[in-house]
Amino acid sequence: MRRIALAAVAASGLTVMLAGTALTDETNWGAYEVGDKRSGYTYAAAETRSIQDDDFENPAMLWVDTGQELWDTVEGEAGKACASCHDDAAVSMAEVGAIYPVYYEPRGKLINIEQRINLCRTENMKAKAWKWESRELLSMTAFVRNQARGRPVAVKIDGPAAPFYEKGKEFYYQRRGQLDMACKSCHEDNAGNMIRANLLSQGQSNGFPTYRLKWQKVGSLHRRFRGCNSQVRATPYKAGSDEYVNLELFLADRGRGLPVETPAVRN
Amino acid sequence: MAKPKPRVKVPKTAAKGEVLEIKTLITHKMESGQRKDKKTGEKIPQKIINKFVCAFNGKEVFSADWHPAISANPFMSFYAVATESGTFEFTWTDDDGSVYSKTAQLTVE
Amino acid sequence: MNESKQYRDVSRRQALIVVGAGGLAAAGLTLLPQAASADAAAVDAAIKGLIGGKTPQAGRITLDLPQIAENGNTVPITVEVDSPMTEQDYCKAVHIFADKNPQPGVASINFTPACGKAKASTRMRLAKTQNVVAVAEMSDGSVYTAKAEVKVTIGGCGG
Repeated sequence: MRRIALAAVAASGLTVMLAGTALTDETNWGAYEVGDKRSGYTYAAAETRSIQDDDFENPAMLWVDTGQELWDTVEGEAGKACASCHDDAAVSMAEVGAIYPVYYEPRGKLINIEQRINLCRTENMKAKAWKWESRELLSMTAFVRNQARGRPVAVKIDGPAAPFYEKGKEFYYQRRGQLDMACKSCHEDNAGNMIRANLLSQGQSNGFPTYRLKWQKVGSLHRRFRGCNSQVRATPYKAGSDEYVNLELFLADRGRGLPVETPAVRN
Repeated sequence: MAKPKPRVKVPKTAAKGEVLEIKTLITHKMESGQRKDKKTGEKIPQKIINKFVCAFNGKEVFSADWHPAISANPFMSFYAVATESGTFEFTWTDDDGSVYSKTAQLTVE
Repeated sequence: MNESKQYRDVSRRQALIVVGAGGLAAAGLTLLPQAASADAAAVDAAIKGLIGGKTPQAGRITLDLPQIAENGNTVPITVEVDSPMTEQDYCKAVHIFADKNPQPGVASINFTPACGKAKASTRMRLAKTQNVVAVAEMSDGSVYTAKAEVKVTIGGCGG
């Protein structure tokens, strides 16, 4: 069994090079560290952090700007814009970014911010849903979540959300793919260790949608999930799938108390 | 691709003679011309913003010629002296000839 | 739990072999230039094309670059030239080159005395570990140059 694992790891190039203890890090990370929870910010290179530090250097703010414009844009047969019902996003969306995903009674399951936006579009605005990972949906999601920037993540995992939280947790610890790795294999057991030339983070979700240098644009949390799943050579689920929304809730709770950072900048 | 969207940071007011820092960003893929289409194997043609100009009251203050090695969503920051009140005009010129622009007002006290 | 032990037990030697083989096939860098690279001679030729037969001198340029770039897609660079930036004496331009990119030219930055300061920042793509060269042209016709190496991290999943 062990040989198979080694062969699979070797084939992929996804080798964890450093064994042993996590790097000790004495830096005071301020708001980016809450108890033993550390934002991906604290694992990023200084240059990458400095791009996030200034809103006029952070290219993701171009998406937030677009989201602001779309917020005020009337679309659909109902002749409404987001602002028609929700007025000033700074007030009406102040919390949303910190408390989603939430249980949605009419569907009997969780929905995340992207899905809430599209529900508003199809049901209230009578407009077409935006495609996942489209510039529009990314921009609006980044804009909405940005309104909660600085607020501690505080999702609800009890009541009707409880069974979905449990499913998300199960997903997180479930080994998958040819590499037979779970989310936790990297982000819990090896956070702070190098995976080839990259420093593994805790895999916190508080900065999404995030500008990734690799993508050279803003991308969604579910795009990141798909990337992780592909890298362990598992078949990724669809963006917006129940599996990923449940995982999103589990991850949010795992990073409970970390401030919303959207839009973050990461490698 | 959606129309490129610029973003600039210029102070609204300044003292005469002050050296101001100006920061600019614009959405653009900056297609390098080196990349291949994964499906067809064909090279994707270069399409970048090749020129950035900052003028103040019609006179060029700063410009840059960009090559494909400039990152996507290009960032450029630089400085300008506040001499009088007026308008900064920023223009980005695309390989396809399109020009994207943005203006910002400065009041010198 | 033994699943983590399995890959922790990869010996350093095995790991290095894998990195050697896998380093080239790094995922995710598809937007980077992948064609044949320029070289130092091409950079010299490009510089000659801009400044003619003049010999660049060392000094006056401060080049701020990371020693190790986390991602070659987006490497921040700040260049500053020591100049009074008056009508009589100013830095006209700084040209930036990368000697192992498919094309050596990165950018030409054109200043005027109205800038007040010959300092600018941008972000560039570096296909691999290489030298970044800056060449500054002054209003009196003198030319200065500076060089810095940037190591580019290839591959991995982004952490």
